[in-house]
Amino acid sequence: MAGIRTVLLDRARGLPPEHQALIHPGWRRHLVPFGVVFALVALFVFALDRFGFTFARIFGGIEQLGWIIYFMVPPNAEGQFLFFARALGETVAIALLGTLIGAILAFPLSLLAARNVMTNRIVQFMSRRTFDAVRGIDTLIWALIYVNVVGLGPFAGVLAIASSDMAGFAKIFSEAMEATEGKASEGVRSTGGRRSAEIAFGLLPQVMPVLISQVLYFFESNTRSATIIGIVGAGGIGLYLSDTIRTGEWQQVSMLILMILVVVSVIDVISTRLRFAIIGKRG
Amino acid sequence: MPIMAQRIPALAPERAAAIRAAYADVQRAKRLRTLGGLALLAFACLIAAWMAEVSPAKFAEGIPRFFNYFANLVPKIGFATFATDMAEWYWGFSRWMRLLFDTILIAYTGTIIGALIGGYLSFVAAETLTQTKWLVFVTRRFLEFCRTVPEIVFALIFIVAFGLGPLPGVMAIAIHTIGALGKLFSEVNENASLKPVEGVMSTGAGWHAAMIFGVLPQVLPNFVSYALLRFEMNIRGAAVMGFVGAGGIGQELVTAIRQFYYTDISAILILIIATVMLVDIGTEKLRHMIVGEGAH
Repeated sequence: MAGIRTVLLDRARGLPPEHQALIHPGWRRHLVPFGVVFALVALFVFALDRFGFTFARIFGGIEQLGWIIYFMVPPNAEGQFLFFARALGETVAIALLGTLIGAILAFPLSLLAARNVMTNRIVQFMSRRTFDAVRGIDTLIWALIYVNVVGLGPFAGVLAIASSDMAGFAKIFSEAMEATEGKASEGVRSTGGRRSAEIAFGLLPQVMPVLISQVLYFFESNTRSATIIGIVGAGGIGLYLSDTIRTGEWQQVSMLILMILVVVSVIDVISTRLRFAIIGKRG
Repeated sequence: MPIMAQRIPALAPERAAAIRAAYADVQRAKRLRTLGGLALLAFACLIAAWMAEVSPAKFAEGIPRFFNYFANLVPKIGFATFATDMAEWYWGFSRWMRLLFDTILIAYTGTIIGALIGGYLSFVAAETLTQTKWLVFVTRRFLEFCRTVPEIVFALIFIVAFGLGPLPGVMAIAIHTIGALGKLFSEVNENASLKPVEGVMSTGAGWHAAMIFGVLPQVLPNFVSYALLRFEMNIRGAAVMGFVGAGGIGQELVTAIRQFYYTDISAILILIIATVMLVDIGTEKLRHMIVGEGAH
């Protein structure tokens, strides 16, 4: 077994030098990959040290975690079920309204950022960059800001979801528009249609299925985001979640997580069905 | 050309009427479906608006406050006193940079741990690679659980178990990354060719060796590409970990927002946005280098 490498290397010695280099490439070629891996590992170890990952802390924490999981079983709402269900309904409502408002606001903005609609390069580029910048702000940050602006409650949550979605939608919508065929718009123009007619009859019918399926995707992921914005007081089930975790009512915590998982998967199923029904195929 | 000259025979009037009626029927049905869908949506929105306590009055009242709030975020920077104004705006620069570095490091560590564990599980979760059906099923459900529970919820629970600080943040991000990457990786694995696996197996190698030498070389570029994408998302996630006390810049941001330190809010937000954008650009370049143009 140990002979294969030796035999190959022996044979390689008989080869012309340029072929030998291929079989036995030398240490230089390994230098970069090894250097990269070494740097990654070094940074990782540095981070573990900086964040206080010690064996004592990890094992102590895992023991604690074991107790928490032990206390969580079985899930039990302890008489709060109706409150939880109402908060979960509020969560879905926040996600639905936030997604729709975000999509509606994003549509005109996406026209600004689509290369084949907005012929002014500077406006097009600047709006793309702005969307990227706004996308960098997490929903939870928006939620915290809106709590200051419109006060505690689910309305702040709706605005937070709408704000963070708007940029994401605008980016995706404009990319979808750029991917369309120009022929249909050209046809409308050839019959004397104005610019608005071109967009309405040449561009929109092509992008509509993509836009709707994206809205459904966002709705799914927003249901997940909406479960946590309550942590900062922006409505939904998050408030119960953070309160029960802080007070250590673990059976209620596991009940809440279970309810969230069920609702999220139900919404996933519904939205997948809708997507199939609207666009006919996986899109 | 005789064909060109040929006249198309006129449709019999009753036939034409039938076709027209059928067309009208189809169109009516389609319109009805669209209208029905819209009505359903409108109804859902009304219920949602009622549940989410949306009130136009509150909204109208909020509009001026909204613009005031964002106007307040803009720092007063004079042309003549530009340098001192900037220095005042970014008075906490070195402190914020240190926290931002922590945030990036939280995302990095979480991504690495998540990618390693998720990478291992992705082979178990691939239908083509693991013969034990129940093991595939259990692994998939586990990955689903990891990515459906929001990372901030994991962070809240881990804070109770491990204490405050970046450590629970890292673990929360790692768990979420296991779920997200495990799923994506397993899809890549299922698309990998099985021939090399057979080759390795035929030498008498075990399952682990077959995965390492048969599958891993095929899928590694895609793994790295997805992991980089995830790293970028995790930076966003890590930026808010401080909201619940799990380390990084979030703690500073939450204080600024709660205490209405307007210019601090904008200063920190700009730092976060700049970081996310830089990482976005950097990882995109890297991904193109690794998997070529047209990467996901």
